[in-house]
Amino acid sequence: MDTYVHLVPWIVIIPLVGFLFNGLFGLFSESFQTRKTLIGSIATLAVFIPFLIAAYLFILMQGDSESVSVSLFTWIEVGDFSTDIGYRLDQLSLLMVLVVTGVGALIHFYSIGYMADDEGFWKFFSFLNLFIFTMLNLVLADNMLLLFLGWEGVGLCSYLLIGFWYTDMAKSDAAKKAFLYNRVGDFAFLIALFMIFQVIGSLRFEDILNGTNLFTGEQVFIIGLLILIGATGKSAQIPLFVWLPDAMAGPTPVSALIHAATMVTSGIYVISRLSPLFMLSAELMLFVAVIGAFTAVIAATIALTKYDIKAVLAYSTVSQLGFMFLALGTGAYVAAMFHLVTHAFFKACLFLGSGSVIHAMHHVENKLHNEGKKVHFDPQDMRFMGGLKNYLPHTYKTFMIATIAIAGIPPLAGFFSKDEILVMTFNAGMGAYGEVYIGLWALALVTAFMTAFYMFRLTLGTFHGTFRLPGKIKEAKDAEKYLHESPFTMTSVLWVLAGLSIVGGFIGIPNFVVSTFTGTADVNLISNWLDHVTLNADLIIGKEVEWLLLFGSVVIALLGVFTAFRMYDYNQLEASDAGISEKLGAIYQVWSDKYKLDEIYEGGIVHPTIRFSDRVLAVFDIRFIDGFVNAVASIVRFIGGVMRYFQTGLVQTYAYGIVLGVIVIVAMLLFR
Amino acid sequence: MESVNELVTILPAIIIGFAGLLVMMLDAYIENVRLVFRTTTLFTLGALGIAINDMFGHSGEAFYGLITYGGTAAFGAVLVLIGTLVTVILSRDYLEKTGSHIAEVYSMILFGTFGMLILVSANNLVTLFLGIETMSICLYVLAGLVKNEKKGVEAALKYFLLGAFSTGFLLYGMALLYGASGSTFLTDIATLDDKGMIYWAGVALLLVGFFFKISAVPFHMWTPDVYQGAPTTITAYMATASKSAAFVAFIFVLSRALPEARAEWGDVIWLFSILTMVIGNVLALVQDNVKRMLAYSSIAHAGYILIGLAAGTDAAYSAVLFYLFAYTLMNLGAFGIVAYYEWHKGLDFTEVKNYAGLGFKQPVMGVLMSIFLFSMVGIPPFAGFIGKYRVFAAAVDEGLISLVVVGVLASAASVYYYLRVLINLYMHESDPGITLIRPGVLYSATLIILAALTIYFGVKPGDLTNLLGSFKGISY
Repeated sequence: MDTYVHLVPWIVIIPLVGFLFNGLFGLFSESFQTRKTLIGSIATLAVFIPFLIAAYLFILMQGDSESVSVSLFTWIEVGDFSTDIGYRLDQLSLLMVLVVTGVGALIHFYSIGYMADDEGFWKFFSFLNLFIFTMLNLVLADNMLLLFLGWEGVGLCSYLLIGFWYTDMAKSDAAKKAFLYNRVGDFAFLIALFMIFQVIGSLRFEDILNGTNLFTGEQVFIIGLLILIGATGKSAQIPLFVWLPDAMAGPTPVSALIHAATMVTSGIYVISRLSPLFMLSAELMLFVAVIGAFTAVIAATIALTKYDIKAVLAYSTVSQLGFMFLALGTGAYVAAMFHLVTHAFFKACLFLGSGSVIHAMHHVENKLHNEGKKVHFDPQDMRFMGGLKNYLPHTYKTFMIATIAIAGIPPLAGFFSKDEILVMTFNAGMGAYGEVYIGLWALALVTAFMTAFYMFRLTLGTFHGTFRLPGKIKEAKDAEKYLHESPFTMTSVLWVLAGLSIVGGFIGIPNFVVSTFTGTADVNLISNWLDHVTLNADLIIGKEVEWLLLFGSVVIALLGVFTAFRMYDYNQLEASDAGISEKLGAIYQVWSDKYKLDEIYEGGIVHPTIRFSDRVLAVFDIRFIDGFVNAVASIVRFIGGVMRYFQTGLVQTYAYGIVLGVIVIVAMLLFR
Repeated sequence: MESVNELVTILPAIIIGFAGLLVMMLDAYIENVRLVFRTTTLFTLGALGIAINDMFGHSGEAFYGLITYGGTAAFGAVLVLIGTLVTVILSRDYLEKTGSHIAEVYSMILFGTFGMLILVSANNLVTLFLGIETMSICLYVLAGLVKNEKKGVEAALKYFLLGAFSTGFLLYGMALLYGASGSTFLTDIATLDDKGMIYWAGVALLLVGFFFKISAVPFHMWTPDVYQGAPTTITAYMATASKSAAFVAFIFVLSRALPEARAEWGDVIWLFSILTMVIGNVLALVQDNVKRMLAYSSIAHAGYILIGLAAGTDAAYSAVLFYLFAYTLMNLGAFGIVAYYEWHKGLDFTEVKNYAGLGFKQPVMGVLMSIFLFSMVGIPPFAGFIGKYRVFAAAVDEGLISLVVVGVLASAASVYYYLRVLINLYMHESDPGITLIRPGVLYSATLIILAALTIYFGVKPGDLTNLLGSFKGISY
C-alpha cells in the first residue's frame, strides 16, 4: 500500500489543473471559449482520472489497512504550530473520494449536453473542476485546517455556481443567501477548531483522535455542538436549511452534484471522521439525532406541498440528510455513510432526470416563442407537465427506478440504507435516553412513509396522465409535438446512475438477513470496510426484531406508494392536493409556507440587525471611527506637507540633510 | 597557480565584465541592437546560472582573503543578476517604445553589475570601495542616459554630486578604520582590542556611506529625484540590484568587521530605521506620481530591512536576505509595469491619475500590478509578507519590540498609497482615447515569472529560508 501513496496527491492536483487550464485559457482567449467539446472533455477527464486513481487504490486497500498520510509540504509554521498540506488516505476518505469523483465525473459528462448552449460554458466547467478540487481537499485533508480550507472552498464554489446566471437578481440573491447561511455555520466551526487546538495543541486528525481523553466532558459537548452547527449549515439541517431549496436557482447539474450528492454531505463526513469524539457524550449524540429526525420530517412535509420539481427534490434532499444525521446521532456511522453513498446515486439520478425534463420543457417554450406565440410558463412547474413518459421514455424509466430506490422498496439501494438507519435508531432505543430514540424512530417511520408518498406524487404527476400544458394555456395547443428526449450524453448518464441505484444497496446487505439461513454471515461489505475508521454503536436487538423492523419498513414504503398511486396516477395532481389541503386545513398551509421560517429569520434577525446598524452603529462609525481616522489622516498629510518643504530639489539642501545625519551618527558613537 | 584556480570563484563577475567589453565592441563595430541585446541577455543568464549553482556549493575566501565566495556572497550575486537580467529584458521594449534606444545602455548596465558582483563578495575595504565606485559611476551615467530629457540630466548631476559627497565620508571612514587597526581586511578590523576615538569616527563615517547607498533618511533626498528622472527600467535596476548589493555588503561589514561594536551601531541603526520607516511612508502618502511614490516606498522598505540589521543576529541576517529577494521580485515587477504604461503616452505618463481604468484594458498587466503591490503591502500569500514577517520575528526575538511596532504601523499606513494605484487602475473611468498595446511575449513572460515567484515563495518559503539559514554564521 505504502508504495502507492505517491498517487494520492494527484487525485487532488488533476482537478486543479483542469480548473486552471479551462479557467485561464477561457479568460484570455475568446476562440478557446467556443471549443466546447474540448473544454467539456478536459473538465470531465480532470475528474475521471482521479476516479480511476481512487479505484486503483481501492483495489489495493484492504478493510484493515492502516491509514496513511502524505504530506506535500509545510503550509503554515508559526511558533509551535505547524500545519502541512497533507492528505490522509483511509477507508472513510477513500469512500468519499470514490463518490465525489465517480458521481462528479458522470455529472461533468452530463453537463456537456446540458450546458451546450450556454455562453459561460468554460466558466461553468472551470468552476465545477474547482469545486471538485476543494471538495477533495475537504475529504482527504489530514488536518482540520486544510479541511476547513476545503470547507470554505466548496462554499465559495457553491456560491459561484448557484449564482451562475448572475444577471438574474433572484438567482444572485439565492447565491448570497446560501453563502450567508453557510457563514453562520462556518463561524461556529472555526471556533470549534480553536478550541480543539487549545486542548490538543494540534489540528491533525491523528492527534485529535488519539487525544480524545484530554477533553473534559463539557469541552466535548461544546466542541461537538459547534461542529454540529457548522454541519447544519453545510448539510442543510435545522435551523440553517432554508438556503438549500433556494440554491436550486443554479443550473441543474450543480444541484445534482453540489446540492445533493457531495457538498451537502460534508457535515456527515466530518462528524463520522470525528466519531470517537462524538461518542463520548450521549447528550451530544441525542442532540444530533433530534436535529436529524426533525429536519427529516419537517422537510418531508414541505415537500408534499410543492409543485416545482426541483423544489420537491431539494426538500427531499434535506429530509434524506436528516436521516443521515439521525443515523449519526444513534452512533450508526456506517449506516450514515451507507445512506450517503446510495443517496448520491439516486438523488443525482433524480436531479439529472429533472434536468432532462426541464430541458424538454424549455425547448417547448422556445419553439412556441419561435412560432410567435407569447407563452409564458415555468418549465419546472409540475402542473404544466404530465404524461411525459411517452415523450421522454429514458428519463421516465430512470426517474422511476430512482424513485423506487429512494422510497425504500427492496431490493433497490435506498431500501437497505434507510432500513439500516431505522434499525439502528430502534436499537439506540435500548440504550441511554431510550424513550427519546424510540420517539425519533416513530418520527423516522412517518417520514419514510411520506418520502414514498411525495416521491411518487412527483413522478406520477410529471410522467403519468396526459400532457397538461395545452389544456392550461390556450396558445400552447399541440405543444407536445415539441417534446423530445434529451441527447445520448445525458440519458446515458441517467442509465448509469439508475443502474447504481439498483445495485448500490448490495454493498450493505444486513448480516442478519443471510445469517438467519446459514447461521453466520459476513456479507455487509461497507460495514467491514468502514469498521476500522469509525466507532460504531453495538447492535443489541435480536434477529427476530430486525426481521420485524425490516418488514415494517417495507410495508410502510409500499403503503406510501399505494396511496400515491390512488391519489395521483391520472391527472389528479391539483385535485388531490386540494383534497389534502381541505382535510388538514391550517397544518397544510404551514407546510406550504415552509413553516414561515424565512419570514421568521427576516423579522427576527435580519430586520433588527439592519435597524440596529442603521441607527446605532452607522452613527458611531461616522462620528467616532471616521472622525478619528480623518484626524490621523490630516495630521499625516500635514507632516507630509512640511517634510515636502525640505524636498526642494536643490542639491545644497540635500547635502545639508546628509551633514545633519553625519552629525547625529558621529555624536551617537563618539559621545556616548 | 593557486590564483588561477581561484578565478572560478569570481566567474560570474568575469563573465559579466567580459560581456561588458564585448557589447561595447559590438556596438562600436556592428551597430546591431538586437545582437547586442541577445549577447547581454545570454551572458547575464549564464552568470546567473553559475551564481545559483554557487549558492549550493561550498564557501570560503580567495585571492589572499580579498574576496569571499559561496553562501551569502553567492546569494547576493543571484539577487544582483536577477535584477540585471530583468532590467535588460524590460529595457529593450521600454527604450525602443519611448524612442531612446541606445546600445551603450547595455554595456553600462553590465559594468555596473560587475561592480555590484565585486561589492557583494568584498572581504576587504579596498575591494569594497572598488565595487561601490564601479557600481556608482555606472549608475550616474545610466541615470542621465536619455540625454534629451532635461529631468534625467538634472537627476544624473544631482546623483553624481551627492554620490561624490557621500563617497568622501565613506572613504574617510575607511581610512580612519585602517588607521585604527592597521589593516583593510574586514576580519582583522574585528580583532581590534583598543577601540579609540579614531575607530568610532571611522565606524560612524562608514555607516554614513552605507546609509547613503541604501537611501536611509536623512540621506535619502536624492532618491525621489533620481528615481523619477531616470528611465523607468533603469530606476528598477537602481532600486533593486544596487540596493541588494549595498545591503549584502553592509551585512558583511557589520557582521565581519564590527561584530564587537554591535550594541553601538545597533542603536544607530535603530534610530535611522525608525526615521526611515516613518518619513519614507509619510512622504509616500502624499505623492501623486507613481515613480516618485515607488521611490519613497523603496526608502520605506529600506527602513524595514534596517530593522533586521539592527537585530544583528544570524536569523535576522537571513531574514534580511529573504526580504531582499522578495523586494527584488516585486519592485522589478512594479517598475516593469509602470514602464509598460509609459510606452503609450511617453515619459510623463506616470501620474496616479493617468492610470484611471487601465486595469481592465490589459487585464494581465492589471492583475500582475495588483500582485506586486499587494506583495509590497505585505499581504499573504505573497513573498513580501513572508519577508516582513521574518524580519519582524527576528527583531522580536532580540527584544526590539518598539521597532517592530513602528514597522507594523508604518506598513499599515503604506496600504493607502499602494492601493491608491489599484483604485485608479480599476475603479475609475478610463480615458477612451487610450488603447493599450499588448506587450511582447518576452516582456509579459518576464513579468509573469516574477509574479509567479512572488506567489511561490509566499506560499512555500521553506526551501529558501532553509538555504539562507544554512549560510553558517553569514560571516562566511
